[in-house]
Amino acid sequence: MTAAAQTATYREALREALADAMRADGDVIVMGEEVGLYGGAYGVTKDLIGEFGAARVLDTPISEAGIVGVAVGAAMTGLRPVAEIMYVDFAGLVMDQLGNQAAKIRYMFGGQTGVPMVLRTQGGTGRSAAAQHSQSLESWFAHVPGLRVVMPATVNDAYHLLRQALTKPDPVVFIEHKALYVSKGTLDKDKPDAPWGAPVLRRAGGDAVIVAYSRMVHEALAAAETLAERGVEAAVWDLRCLNPMDLDPILESVRACGRAAVVTESCLTGGFAAELSAQISEHCFDRLEEPVIRIAGEDVPIPVAPDLEAASIPTPGLIADAMAWLVSREAPAWA
Amino acid sequence: MSDVARASNRPLLDLYRTMRRIRSFEERVGEMFVRQGTAGSMLHLSIGEEGVAGVCAAMEDGDSFTTHHRGHGVFLARGGEPGRMLAEIGGKEAGYCAGKGGSMHIADMGVGHLGANAIVGGGIPHAVGAALSYKTKGIDAVSVAFFGDGAMQQGLLYESMNMAALWSLPVLFVCINNQYGMGTRIDRAAANTDFAARAEAFGLAGRHVDGSDVEMVLETAAAAMTTARSGTPGLLTMTCYRFFGHARMDKSPYRDAAEEAEGRGHDPVAAARARLLDRSEAREADLDALDAEAAQEMDAALDWALAQTQPPGAAMFDHVYAPDEPPPQPLRDRLSDVLREYR
Ligand SMILES: Cc1ncc(C[n+]2csc(CCOP(=O)(O)OP(=O)(O)O)c2C)c(N)n1
Ligand SMILES: [Mg+2]
Repeated sequence: MTAAAQTATYREALREALADAMRADGDVIVMGEEVGLYGGAYGVTKDLIGEFGAARVLDTPISEAGIVGVAVGAAMTGLRPVAEIMYVDFAGLVMDQLGNQAAKIRYMFGGQTGVPMVLRTQGGTGRSAAAQHSQSLESWFAHVPGLRVVMPATVNDAYHLLRQALTKPDPVVFIEHKALYVSKGTLDKDKPDAPWGAPVLRRAGGDAVIVAYSRMVHEALAAAETLAERGVEAAVWDLRCLNPMDLDPILESVRACGRAAVVTESCLTGGFAAELSAQISEHCFDRLEEPVIRIAGEDVPIPVAPDLEAASIPTPGLIADAMAWLVSREAPAWA
Repeated sequence: MSDVARASNRPLLDLYRTMRRIRSFEERVGEMFVRQGTAGSMLHLSIGEEGVAGVCAAMEDGDSFTTHHRGHGVFLARGGEPGRMLAEIGGKEAGYCAGKGGSMHIADMGVGHLGANAIVGGGIPHAVGAALSYKTKGIDAVSVAFFGDGAMQQGLLYESMNMAALWSLPVLFVCINNQYGMGTRIDRAAANTDFAARAEAFGLAGRHVDGSDVEMVLETAAAAMTTARSGTPGLLTMTCYRFFGHARMDKSPYRDAAEEAEGRGHDPVAAARARLLDRSEAREADLDALDAEAAQEMDAALDWALAQTQPPGAAMFDHVYAPDEPPPQPLRDRLSDVLREYR
């Protein structure tokens, strides 16, 4: 921690990152629905229009594909746009411009130009926002070569990963978590938690490894607390970046204890947990004592009923039960 | 004043030369298949659409553009070099995109070609984004989105036109209406085909021109470009006829011979030639010589392109990410990493 450290919310850290990036680089513009006068659906861009004006904080019509498409063209011609898509659930409307255009332009054009843009969006459950406003769709993006995908869990990462994203030469999908906006933590503008692409060990532990990202890091940490009371020490790794992704430190940690779980809020089938599990299994095969397990969201649309919503994603209790079972073969009551 | 008009006091002759070069080029594209097999199998010829040279002549150095999948003519008219274009179309390393893009993804930042697109309507918002850059950065340039009549039915066009009008961006949307989207004639795709009126409804300047009259295309496009440059975006629709099938394998069984004969009667190249002779702006022999010159140029370009090689295997992993970023790990390396540990 340096002298610059302060307490901030995740939302404030994101806003600070945008403001600092816009001060540092006159080519950075923010565009999207309600980002200007309204201040952002979740308040992340609050008052930016006051400091930077309507030409750099551009309120757009409700035209998601158009927003991303315009950002692509602007990025190819000298601006560095931050295009906000209000909910990641609207990805269906933007996937062509993102997956076929932004992601492939450098490649298709033989390296003549890149698309240095950031698509900011937010996802996840926690507000009883139901099936079309609560999803975790990172695996859609992570499946496309050419797209960077990052998902900050902490206040410091919210700031630094966004600042770093705004220096990168390739398109970055930056996915915030709606339940984390009010979370508080230490923001140290002088000190990123780790380099771009690297995971961070949020808790050490020698009995098993939990890999998580975004909000699930906090659920995994809560699980690790209760596990410690039950005599199980679980390491919790925060992946932070899905692409680029440096899995080596995590693999080392898994090799040391032979047990690993991947925790995602996104539903199980075809999800990023499967990718992580496969890579860990391939690289740690002869050191594994147990299969790598995936603790992921249920394979259901997110229901509106708060109790069902909460039950549709991994909870600290569920994670702790599964880890205890994995480590000490204590079957939980629900088994 | 536009490039062509500035360059010559005989603009029609210059337009004729450009159109003849486009036609000769497209004929060589067809030939490339025969001589080389399958490389670049998705080929869409712009024969019959050469009148677009008039729009290109109304553009200035520094203006940018995007095209659809039938964009060879536009690129050539804006300065594309035929050898490198044919090389790209054939997947050769010497091509504009190092043989990674092909006909439908050809681009050249050098002349402001922000890219052809294989997604119908996909490149339209990129021109709007370029125009946003120009306006934000105070650059005096217009971006032109070229697309077919098929894209007039894509929602993204309307998102793009609305934003362009809302923000007063220097964009010109150019619809090359060749009457067909694959096998679907325009009257089977839209109940109201007055596309200029659609643009007017969005607050753009809507214009329409007969694409077989290249002088009229130039005049209309010049007016549209001037309007766009001053911050009122426009839509220009240019009617023409797709002389041949949608792509190489398409023999157009869905339209009859009489219709094709009628359509091919609206030949912008032949019309310009007749007018040049009629107005005594050129002699038959001059035009024959000019045609021969275009044919020779394209023959040489084709021979050169065919002699080029495909990119080396390692090029597969270049340009997925920026040059300073680590490239994706090749499958064999990945498998070796995994299996070496257990063997
Ligand atoms: C989004 C999308 N839908 C469908 C296609 C398949 N397709 C390729 S070209 C084409 C017809 C396009 O017609 P038009 O826009 O008039 O262009 P033209 O081929 O006539 O030049 C279609 C349907 C595609 N490439 N992209
Ligand atoms: Mg058409």
